[in-house]
Amino acid sequence: MERHEQMNEPIPYTPTFGFYVRKVKNALMLGLSFASALAALIPLLLIFFYTVSKGAGYLNLDFFFEMPKPVGEPGGGMANAIVGTLILIGTGSVIGLPIGISTGVYLAEFGNNKFANLVRFMTDVLSGVPSIVAGVVAYTLVVIPMKHFSALAGGVAMAILMIPTVTRTTEEMVRLVPDSFREAGLALGIPRWKTTIQIVLRTAFRGIITGVLLAIARIAGETAPLLFTALGNRFWSTEIDQPIASLTVFIYDYAKAPFEDWNNQAWTAALVLIFLISTLSLAVRYVTRSRFSNR
Amino acid sequence: MTTPPKADTSTVIPMTEHAIKKMTAKNVNAFFGKLQALHDINMDISANRVQAIIGPSGCGKSTFLRCLNRMHEVAGGLMTGSILLDGYDIYKTDAVLIRKRIGMVFQKPNPFPTMSIFDNVAVGLRLNGLASKKEIPNIVEHSLKQAALWDEVKDNLDKSGVSLSGGQQQRLCIARTLAVNPEVILMDEPASALDPIATAKIEELIYELKKEYTIVIVTHNMQQAARVSDTTAFFYLGKLIEFGETKTIFTSPVKKQTEDYITGRFG
Amino acid sequence: MNSPRRNWGDLFFKYTTMWFAAFVLLLVILMGYEMYLGSGLSLEKFGWDFLTNSTWDPVLEEYGALPFIYGTLVSSFLALVIALPLSLGIAIFLSEIAPEWLEKPLSFLIELLAGIPSIVYGLWGIFVLVPWIRTDVEPFLSEYFDFLPLFRGAPYGFGMLAAGCILSIMVLPIVASISRDVLKAVPQSQREASLALGATKWESIRIILKDAKSGIFGASLLGLGRAIGETMAVTMVIGNRPIISASLFDPGYTMASVLANEFTEATTSMYLSALIEIAFVLFIMTIIINALARLLIWSVTNK
Repeated sequence: MERHEQMNEPIPYTPTFGFYVRKVKNALMLGLSFASALAALIPLLLIFFYTVSKGAGYLNLDFFFEMPKPVGEPGGGMANAIVGTLILIGTGSVIGLPIGISTGVYLAEFGNNKFANLVRFMTDVLSGVPSIVAGVVAYTLVVIPMKHFSALAGGVAMAILMIPTVTRTTEEMVRLVPDSFREAGLALGIPRWKTTIQIVLRTAFRGIITGVLLAIARIAGETAPLLFTALGNRFWSTEIDQPIASLTVFIYDYAKAPFEDWNNQAWTAALVLIFLISTLSLAVRYVTRSRFSNR
Repeated sequence: MTTPPKADTSTVIPMTEHAIKKMTAKNVNAFFGKLQALHDINMDISANRVQAIIGPSGCGKSTFLRCLNRMHEVAGGLMTGSILLDGYDIYKTDAVLIRKRIGMVFQKPNPFPTMSIFDNVAVGLRLNGLASKKEIPNIVEHSLKQAALWDEVKDNLDKSGVSLSGGQQQRLCIARTLAVNPEVILMDEPASALDPIATAKIEELIYELKKEYTIVIVTHNMQQAARVSDTTAFFYLGKLIEFGETKTIFTSPVKKQTEDYITGRFG
Repeated sequence: MNSPRRNWGDLFFKYTTMWFAAFVLLLVILMGYEMYLGSGLSLEKFGWDFLTNSTWDPVLEEYGALPFIYGTLVSSFLALVIALPLSLGIAIFLSEIAPEWLEKPLSFLIELLAGIPSIVYGLWGIFVLVPWIRTDVEPFLSEYFDFLPLFRGAPYGFGMLAAGCILSIMVLPIVASISRDVLKAVPQSQREASLALGATKWESIRIILKDAKSGIFGASLLGLGRAIGETMAVTMVIGNRPIISASLFDPGYTMASVLANEFTEATTSMYLSALIEIAFVLFIMTIIINALARLLIWSVTNK
């Protein structure tokens, strides 16, 4: 019995109302999902737009090289704040990087025991600690004994915040180095510790640098812990045992102030800060990309 | 390389008069991006028969199966040609409706872990609105009985779907598929992840099921194909090489490639 | 046949790195201990009442942390209430709907939100978000929704609502990207199983969501953990008044904010001790929430 074939016809089927409801619900929910993805971009765009448009106006060379002017006088710059941020980053790194990298190396090379797992857990805990709490700790550890605020205290707070990121990235990157490298070194008669430093770390170097850059990008934007450790300074200072200005605290002070001129400068400082952090993040992407294209 | 054969030159041994064409594939070509997985497939699938598709790995048998219930496009694939169900083009109909009428059982059992056994079987019914609340328990029981699983789980219907053994999970998946009352059941190597006893149970099940359903089964196990199917199609490198009654394919195949595969010379 | 020299070098290396690792371990313990010590005076005087007393009066030397605990919890929960549905939508879009060429750049853009420093959020909050809330959002809410005590009162702009809004933006990238990862971890066979039964795409996503439930909950907890510790953005928009009010229009005060504002003003040791105790409570809270969150997420992505 031959059946007449209607090749271009869909199956004759009367969809129920329930079917249409399902279809509409489907389209609706998928559409909402897409809409929320777009909605998330709105604040991103708004923040960038406002920062650039409000901040660019005041951006000039003076801003980078001049000192803040006394209250009420227009103009001035944030030279001390920029230098202060750099010094704080530097201090934090000097303290935090050796700790973070060494811990990361330990976890990667010797880390298959309960102690190492405990350290990993603690690193995770540390990464969740709010930055202001790190500031409080730096206060009790440094400011109280020294009896005054200092860049060192700020640096200690920064170090506490850097350690988790650096440790985690270092461990990951060192683990990625294939065992064959280690075996090759040992087979050549090189002692294990030398193998680890000269071969393994050298191979993982780029990856470790990304961890460092990420940590620096994070602390460059920190304000809260500095408020009662490094405090802030309207004058030029590069002393480690004195309060020091920073870009972030500068933004805070100038944003709160009732002077429009200062508010504008806050936007400009924010622009500079975002630029600094973006550069660091781009550097991270650059380092990781060329690493993969080499293999 | 010889020129590709015209459509319909694959040797087709005529079906008996009582065979009704349930599904037809016409000039089917399937692609994953630029890669062509199926070349010009033409095939009839008869109602209430078990049709096996055999061939070495990568020959396109799973891809073809997935074209039959429009799962191929879920993985991002494209298809040209037409596939007909009862003479009507399934690609012109809404995919959601098609998949209710053409069910699928997968290679690795995939019951929903967050649902109980009962809910697993009922999920298709609830989604498609096929039964009222009162009717659902009856249909669930009937489907589990059809899948030969009822006796083993009837006291544990609210246990999680993944608490069963591999073979039981696969029968659960079959029950789940049966619950929506499809007309065709596609099986993609349904027993390959199971032990021999579970496999035997599944094969028994297939023999019973064909009384009510049309079954297409992809398998890499030739003995299974020989045991279970009425007709067999041999695929190789994305082409349908030979197609006919199982007995004939396995005892006196026409094409040399078929013979080589069956005698184990490759694949 | 190891030469003694070789052993010495290896041992030294191992133990040096080990001590650094131990230092990290000790650091966390030291932090807790220092804060516990520092809150000594306040713990002694107020005991558990510290957590339930709603009076914060440095002049009278009466310190109760309830307004700050309340402020922290309300602003954070409000942030989650706003962020969670959006994050889920984003996660679903990225994991289930978007083609790969769209998903990667979009994920990147959303993670950019996470890189913006809190102070810049605060700056934007003061000059853009708060005025908008004051002139558009709050009047709208009080006109149509003031049957709810949540939306009563004068539209200051600065207050709990602004804090919740800005926190929700800050928390969004974390919750969204982890939820996306959790969804992606669900095996493809689950999606195929439901689609083959005749489910629509959304229906199959709903089933996947059930699978991913605990992981998504974990992602929300991580977001919560981040929100309760946020300082600058919140301080700049919340109004900084230690009151407990049902209305979202009213100002509030969080634990992090009071630390930021009053730490340098603490003239007496009792005052300082009370503040350090607040820091300690905050510390403990974030540890618990983050530990819970990681446990949940780990259990889902490591089945």
